[in-house]
Amino acid sequence: MQLAQRRSTLDAMVTLRLFAGIREAAGTGRASFEAATVDEVIAQATAQFGDVFAEMVPICRVWLNGEPVDVTTAVKAGDEVALLPPVSGGG
Amino acid sequence: MAPETTGDTAESITRCELVDHAIDLGELYSWAIRPECGAVVVFSGITRDHSGDRADVSVLEYEAYTELVIERFEQIVEQARASWPEIVRVGIVHRLGEVAVGESSVVVVVSSPHRGDAFDAGRNCIDVLKDTAPIWKREVWAEGESWGLDARSIEEVDTAPLRPAETAR
Repeated sequence: MQLAQRRSTLDAMVTLRLFAGIREAAGTGRASFEAATVDEVIAQATAQFGDVFAEMVPICRVWLNGEPVDVTTAVKAGDEVALLPPVSGGG
Repeated sequence: MAPETTGDTAESITRCELVDHAIDLGELYSWAIRPECGAVVVFSGITRDHSGDRADVSVLEYEAYTELVIERFEQIVEQARASWPEIVRVGIVHRLGEVAVGESSVVVVVSSPHRGDAFDAGRNCIDVLKDTAPIWKREVWAEGESWGLDARSIEEVDTAPLRPAETAR
């Protein structure tokens, strides 16, 4: 199998969810990427969404399917990665 | 937006809800009343007309990771029940979307046989919510609009410190 083909079968479509300021920086609250790790999802999003987005990534917490994760964590098809800027709920 | 909710409001001892309309404090208070309880504590977090150097705040708008908020609220209630086992009914209701100044954006209600547990558990629920719920506040004031100044990195409920009244912020 060609390397490119093998990558395409290993890499999965992963949903990225964005909120508040980083959602505004991206211009969308939801995007999909083919990626093998959380890091790759963020790298592709950064390439797509630009500098303001990139500046906000370090202040965000990263969740995978509702749980905080290290960015080296592997992702699979259907997973949902979320970037959460500092929160301010509760009045 | 469809309100997110769990629990049967008549029978359940826990209510965790996200709503896109005014919160009915009287209804929540009545729900919390139980014959074995001598205390109901209702905390209402209301939108304020100033924030830091932002004067004349007119509107606040709340956004949430809606699919995951209710689960977080339930963890907060579970943690409160583990720490204050006497408490009976516990409700956490948060508004989303635009909230005018002076309206409740969040309400916590706790009933208990005695007031001490109801106060302490209610205080803990709102304090932990502020640190652990994926909710964001946008403020519109006289000279601009932006995200809440008091924002903090989100924490996990099981590692958020319990805050008895004397140490709470």
